[in-house]
Amino acid sequence: MTFDVRLRVNERVATIELAGELDASSAGRFHETIDEAAATGSIELVIRAEKLAYMSSAGLRSLVFARQKMGDDVRIAVVGATEPVAHTIRLAGFDHSIDLIDA
Amino acid sequence: MSPRDVTEMRERVDAYPTHRIAGHRVRAGRPFPYGATPVPGGVNFSVYSDRATAMSLVLFERGAPEPAAELPFPAEFRTGSVYAMTVFGLDLENLEYGFRADGPFDPVTGDRFDARRVLSDPYARLVSGRDVWGREPNWNDVYPYRAQVVNDDFDWGDDTPLRIPTEDLVIYETHVRGFTRHPSSGVTAPGTYAGLREKIPYLRELGVNCVELLPVFEFDELDNPRSNPVTGERLHNYWGYNTVSFFAPKAGYAATGRFGMQADEFKSLVRELHRAGIEVVLDVVFNHTAEGNEHGPTISFRGLDNATYYMLTPDGQYYNFSGTGNTVNCNHPVVRDFVLGCLRHWVAEYHIDGFRFDLAAILDRAPDGTPLPNPPLLEQLAYDPVLRHTKLIAEAWDAAGLYQVGHFPNYGRWSEWNGKYRDAVRKFIKGEPGVAGELATRMAGSPDLYWGRGAAASVNFITAHDGFTLNDLVSYNGKHNEANGEGNNDGANDNHSWNCGEEGPSASPHVRDLRMRQMKNLLVILLTSQGVPMILAGDEVGRTQLGNNNTYCQDNELSWFDWGLVEANAELLEFTRGLIAFRHAHPVLRNTEHPRGVDSMGSGYPDVSWHGVRAWHPDWSDHCRVVALMRCGRHAKGGVPDDHVYVAVNAHWEPHDMELPQLPDGQAWHLFADTGALMPYGMHPLGQEPLLEHPGRYHLGPHSAVVLVGRPVPTTDKEMAP
Repeated sequence: MTFDVRLRVNERVATIELAGELDASSAGRFHETIDEAAATGSIELVIRAEKLAYMSSAGLRSLVFARQKMGDDVRIAVVGATEPVAHTIRLAGFDHSIDLIDA
Repeated sequence: MSPRDVTEMRERVDAYPTHRIAGHRVRAGRPFPYGATPVPGGVNFSVYSDRATAMSLVLFERGAPEPAAELPFPAEFRTGSVYAMTVFGLDLENLEYGFRADGPFDPVTGDRFDARRVLSDPYARLVSGRDVWGREPNWNDVYPYRAQVVNDDFDWGDDTPLRIPTEDLVIYETHVRGFTRHPSSGVTAPGTYAGLREKIPYLRELGVNCVELLPVFEFDELDNPRSNPVTGERLHNYWGYNTVSFFAPKAGYAATGRFGMQADEFKSLVRELHRAGIEVVLDVVFNHTAEGNEHGPTISFRGLDNATYYMLTPDGQYYNFSGTGNTVNCNHPVVRDFVLGCLRHWVAEYHIDGFRFDLAAILDRAPDGTPLPNPPLLEQLAYDPVLRHTKLIAEAWDAAGLYQVGHFPNYGRWSEWNGKYRDAVRKFIKGEPGVAGELATRMAGSPDLYWGRGAAASVNFITAHDGFTLNDLVSYNGKHNEANGEGNNDGANDNHSWNCGEEGPSASPHVRDLRMRQMKNLLVILLTSQGVPMILAGDEVGRTQLGNNNTYCQDNELSWFDWGLVEANAELLEFTRGLIAFRHAHPVLRNTEHPRGVDSMGSGYPDVSWHGVRAWHPDWSDHCRVVALMRCGRHAKGGVPDDHVYVAVNAHWEPHDMELPQLPDGQAWHLFADTGALMPYGMHPLGQEPLLEHPGRYHLGPHSAVVLVGRPVPTTDKEMAP
């Protein structure tokens, strides 16, 4: 499935919508989008994952990248991750760096 | 390659390929660090072999049966005995790699090269192949333990070492899988790092401030060829004392291991333990490897440089000081470097607080096996700047009879598992004659063994993974290891155990009561002794292994922590909790220096005094089975006045009326715990200990122990006193 990533910023809330498969081959584009989001000076980053079919370990690592790139003051929320993805995020302990929110 | 990658490459001149080998763009790499290290645009691979005649880097796509590429190291990529190459444009997520070394096969001279094999990187930071515990692999895999590249980008937040003073530790020895694998654990991912993380509240409530984990370096749980002789079920290498890869966390202990996330999951566990005020000590096995003797598998070291990594006899056979086939050549300079690098890795990357070294006596043997008076490895570890504040604990013996308890080369840094403490306490509580004097010495921090090193040099334990559990120690006279398939010949025979009158589970209220008392007595001694107490996980709830004292291979209910016992044995759990809290509350129990039996504070009382049935009259005769000691609170650690603490243990089958030492004016004895008394959980809440009915005497029942605190009597208490 084709990977797609879109960024929009509204009132200092950056929203990244992901679709398709986030793996090693697509993580680079996700990182670039996070870079763009960080540059907006947003105080919150929302990663919408409802349309994300699959997240590999490279995708999980991207959440670490986002945390480090955005800085400690920025709230990061992953919204609508499928249960297997959310479960893996929790087991790896990444849920301490971000907020996991149901859609 | 993405435009971003190209930009990064151009930013650094060393990120520019100079060669093309097997279709990959490469350049000469850096010899250090060893292993696979992400660098701009690529990965630097570095491996040592002194005697190889040729070396290749072998690349696999993850899970593929055959290599995707094999890249011979050109001569100009070798510096000294180190082969280093940077390979650009790799997909790290789908990459597995190994090395192929060619060279002579001449065992007499120590060479066992085998160019047919793909070898695992000794410095691999992530290993796949055993990603899910117990899952049957493809046994025909040409390369079963596959090295992977790891990203060290874990978010540690503000995690810093706790640096709890060693003498303040209460160590809890446990097994990552066994702690939550039992169906009763109720955790999300049983048997994993994440599962253990979910149980941190239990550990906090128990009061321990250090967990010591049985081996978590990658090992193969399926390398045990035996089966249960009764059920026919596969036996495992459950404990994991057979390391495959020293830099890699065990993937099968991670619920996320199949995603290659084991490093993150384990780091998350360490971070959360630290947040709960609990340090993490790893049980590490540097004395031997999973390659075994000449009949064992060639995984890594044997094929890379056998004569460097292993101790060999003059005719090239493996010395076996470990009892497992081979012995790591720990004091060879290259191997010292390996061990040091490994420990630094676990401290720096995983925030580990300390290490317990399995069969550590091997670490001070010279390459020919001779014990060294000043072993360079141990000295190096003691003074290493990265390890400077980590705890170093030796199991100060090996399987070839080198027994160094009390005289392990320590450089002012090393502590030891005190095996003599274990034996003395067991013998005393069992009721053996002639042990009273030694018990007193052990409770005082074993000054006969550690004088000048401080009491914290003694890690006191009564039970450990190796041997009977606390419950079994008071329930079995002999071991019952039939399930291990070795005809009950494995495991220790000198257990100093006593079944209290009936072998195994008992329906007799008398036997059950006596066993409960005996377990409590043992815990009283352990948690009021000077030194560092270590508790075996599950002992606080009376876990049983049904008499099996060597469950190294039992991945089942025999080994797992049964969480149903938390409720069923609440009596023992609450008693243990209370004792741990008591220890934390009384610094006089945790003095760094050994007591001298003198009054250096002008308090009118020596730091420790010994008593018998008559106060101030200890009885060290052979027939005596009563030991009592008093610690004067004015001599407490840090100069903070503490209460007086009086502990009396009666291993006799008769009760004794103990005359109590008189306290300073205005103070009186209060009852904290009595293992033979009828009161909830055998103790009173901390700080609410009631005044004794009789200020000068205490009736101590048979096979019982009492803990008293002496402190000023408040007005209300005085009014209540008889």
